[in-house]
Formats: sequence, C-alpha cells, structure tokens
Amino acid sequence: MNAWLLLLPAAVLLAAFTHYPILATIQHSFFITRRNGTPLFVGFDNYRAVFEDTIFWKVLLNNFWFALGTVPTSMALALLMALWVNRNMRGRAFLRLAYFTPTVLPMIAVANIWLFFYTPDYGLLDQLRGLVGLPGWNWLGDPTTVMGCLIVMVIWKEAGFFMIFYLAALQQLSPDLEEAAAVEGAGRWYIFRRITFPLLMPTTLFIAINAAINSFKLVDHLVIMTKGGPSNASSLLLYYIYEVAFTFQDSAYASTLTVILLVILCTLALIKFTYLDRRIHYQ
Amino acid sequence: MNRKSHSIETITAWLLALIWLAPLAYAFWSALHPAAYATSFSLSAPWTFENFVRAWNQAPFGRYYLNTVLLVCMTLAGQLVLCTLAAYAFACFKFKGSGIAFALVLLQLMIMPDVLIVENYRVISSLGLLDTIPAIAFPYMASAFGIFLLRQTFKGVPQELVDAARIEGAGPLQILWRVYVPLARPTYIAFGLVSVSYHWNNFLWPLIVTNSVESRPLTVGLAVFGAPETGVDWSIITAATVMTMAPLLIAFLLFQRQFVQSFMRAGIR
Repeated sequence: MNAWLLLLPAAVLLAAFTHYPILATIQHSFFITRRNGTPLFVGFDNYRAVFEDTIFWKVLLNNFWFALGTVPTSMALALLMALWVNRNMRGRAFLRLAYFTPTVLPMIAVANIWLFFYTPDYGLLDQLRGLVGLPGWNWLGDPTTVMGCLIVMVIWKEAGFFMIFYLAALQQLSPDLEEAAAVEGAGRWYIFRRITFPLLMPTTLFIAINAAINSFKLVDHLVIMTKGGPSNASSLLLYYIYEVAFTFQDSAYASTLTVILLVILCTLALIKFTYLDRRIHYQ
Repeated sequence: MNRKSHSIETITAWLLALIWLAPLAYAFWSALHPAAYATSFSLSAPWTFENFVRAWNQAPFGRYYLNTVLLVCMTLAGQLVLCTLAAYAFACFKFKGSGIAFALVLLQLMIMPDVLIVENYRVISSLGLLDTIPAIAFPYMASAFGIFLLRQTFKGVPQELVDAARIEGAGPLQILWRVYVPLARPTYIAFGLVSVSYHWNNFLWPLIVTNSVESRPLTVGLAVFGAPETGVDWSIITAATVMTMAPLLIAFLLFQRQFVQSFMRAGIR
C-alpha cells in the first residue's frame, strides 16, 4: 500500500484550493490587468498603492480596534462563565446552555436580529431610550457608534465559545492547591488571583491568539448590517478585500490586500506554533 | 458572609444567562406575533404562524433548505473520506517527505480557504463550477483540521490490535476500516458536529460563488431575502431568521452535551 496513494485525493484538493491560490495571490499582486485583459508586470506598484490608500489604513485600524474591543472582554466574560458553570451552582446545565447557544447560530441570523435592536426610532434600543425620554439615534449610521455596536454583538456571539476552553482547562486543574489555600484561610478572590488564574495562563494565551486570528475572519455581519459604512467606519480588512474584488472588480489590488492579510495571519500563527504550542500548551 | 456572596454570584450568573438568551427570545417573540407587537411586549398579544407562512411563500426557502442539506452532507462526506485516508497515511506509514507533506497540510490551519476568496473564485470559475453546490464544498473538503484530528486519534490505537488483524490476513485498507475507523468514533462525531455547524452557518464564500436559487444555501437566501431594499416586513424577516437557525438550534438542544464536548475536543488542537 503506497502512502502517497492514500494522500492523493486530499493533496489534489489542498493544492487546488490552498497552495496554488496562495502562490497565485502573491504572483497576481505584482501585476495589473490591462484594458485588453492581458497582465502587465508592475513590480511593487500595487503595494505602493496599498500603502498610500487611506481606506486600507482605515480598515486595518478598524481591525485592530475590533480585535481589541472583542477579544479581552469576551475572554473575561468567558472566564467568569466557566468559573460559574464549573462550580456546583443551581441550574448549571441551564447556565451552560444559555451561554453557549449564540455559538451555534449563523452569524448572518445573529446580524439580522441585532440589526433590529439598532434600527433608528423603531428598533428596540431606541424604544428603550424613548421610555426615558431620550431621542432616537442612528446607531449603525453614525461613525462614532457603529463599531461599538458591532463589538457588543460579537462579544455576545463569541464569549460562550471561549468559555468552553476555560471549562476544559478548569476541569484539568487539581483541586488540591485550592483546598490547601482554603485551609490556610485564603479568601476566594485571593485563590483566584494567585492560584487559579496563573494556572489558566496557558489557556488564556491560547484563546487570545486564536481569537485574534478569528477576528480577521469575522465579516459576515457587515454584509447585511452596514456594508462597511458609514464611510468605512465599520469595514474590516477581509470585507475590504471582498469589496475590491467583487464590487470594484479589481482583482490585482484585491490580491495585494490578500497578501497583507496572509502576512498578518502567518505572523499570528507563527507566534502560536513556536511559542505557545511547544512551551505552554503541549508540555 | 460567604453564603451571602455565593447567592449574589448565583443571581448574577442567572442574570447574565437571561441577558444572553434575550436576543434569541426576542427573535422568537417577534416571529410568532403579528407585526404590530414587534416591540410591544404584552401578555395578551395573539400568537401566530402567519409570519412563517408568508416568509415561506415569499422566497424559495424549501429549495434553500435542500441546498444547505446537500451542501452540508457533501462537504462532510468528502471530508470524512479524504481526511481518513490522509490521516491513515500520516499516522501509520513511514515514507520519505512525510514531514514536509504534513507541514503543507497544516498550512491550511493558518490560511483557511475563507481568506483566499479572490483566487479560489478564479479556480472555481476556471473549473466551470461557478454557481453550483460543489463549488461551495470543494475548498473545504481536504480539511487540515480533520486530518490533524484523525491522525492524533489513529496514533493512539494500540499496535496489538493492528498486529492481530494483520495476522488474520487483513490488508491495509481492511485494517483501516475494521480497526482504526471504529476506534476513532468519538473523533468522527466531534469533527462531524463541528463541520456541520460550520458549513450550515457559513456565509461569505457561498455568497461569492452562488448566484441563483438552485445553488444558494439558507444563509445566503436569508441575506437576499432580508435586504432592506426588498421592503419585507420586519416580523417576516425574523420568521425567516428563525427558520434558518432552527434545525441547528434544535439539534443543539437535543444533543447539548455532545455539542459542547465536540467543540471542546475540536478546539484544543
């Protein structure tokens, strides 16, 4: 039995939809398409254009704020949820169910539901504001509030997913240390701060880096909620690539942007593989 | 004091759980009541299935359901076959270049097909597959994640069992089928649940490669249906939203433990 024969089917598809596209992306980023459809080599011109593109810097910065807004908060909530669910608390099965449910919903359905919360005047949020006499507000139509609104929604969607990892880690911890500390008279906050949280550090780093990688892929909601607007205030890098490639039909420029996204993802993955996986997670 | 802080925590935990369920509860409320009650919550509000009936009649949701089911089955079937064979090669055979080959597989964990939309669109289009269900499924079939997960499991299979099967005259494929696959059942279930959830919910790639009712999955159908320019009533859109997420939600409620454990098993890679 030849091992290569077993590998062949998977290898063909991997080559066609991962390896070739990566190489083609890099290649196409050095060309532009002429009027007659033939490619023209332009060297680093596309990259120069990217670095002078104010929208590019805008969406990159948005991506940064989006990650910073969603990752730490949803992880803190996830840890809190995991601690609660792990304890012998009344109705913990229900709590776990409630926290985890958003994870199994399609992002597009979530976006539809939250779109209604944020609808000006008629939406739920403005109805609540109306109760205390505040005027309506165009939450998703205003550059100052749109990102915050989307961040809140994504925190709701993701926290339960991260809870699972903390839960798995908590179940691995030996109760001896905590018991010993409790016998010594240590308070619960002290035990958490000095024992539980440090022991969970590998998990925390693991989730943080995975969540950061994931935040570059989360763009589904933009398609129906904001289309990246107003004036790119909510756009993210992958969504910008989608727009450039399929709305503006500029695939050379989209390839260049993709190369930059690939560099970011590989950097994050390298940090994960060289540092995290070896030293902390798979001891 | 200690008991008091405990009960405060319990109440906070429950409060958070209720807040977490509220958006979903709201979606069900709005879908099951006439449009007039979309934002006024009164116990006397009449219940209705009208929104579902109208959503179902206004867009080909039956066809979208069929497409999504076909997509999810096709993707999973392809993944199971391809990943099993590849994982078997990596776990049980020594061959030149296996290290490099495995690294090339793992590359897909870093660079998922989701971000290669521009070039994958070209590949699909040059294969003449645009606007078909296989076009949505193909990029995901050779799942590095599946190969990795199964390889780990196969490596844990006791060598005695393999030797015993070999003595009885089983060939390599028979050993795979009779020894490895049955023992990897929990991994298959975990991977299957995660894969089905992922592809049921996937949106951006299907949006890009589909363009007609015949190939569009539910998520894309919902986005087309709910676009503001269609002017469809809010309650009807919520009904369509509930329809889109219902099958997975029901499956989750029924097999809660398996779902949570699968995501746990699959996530710690």
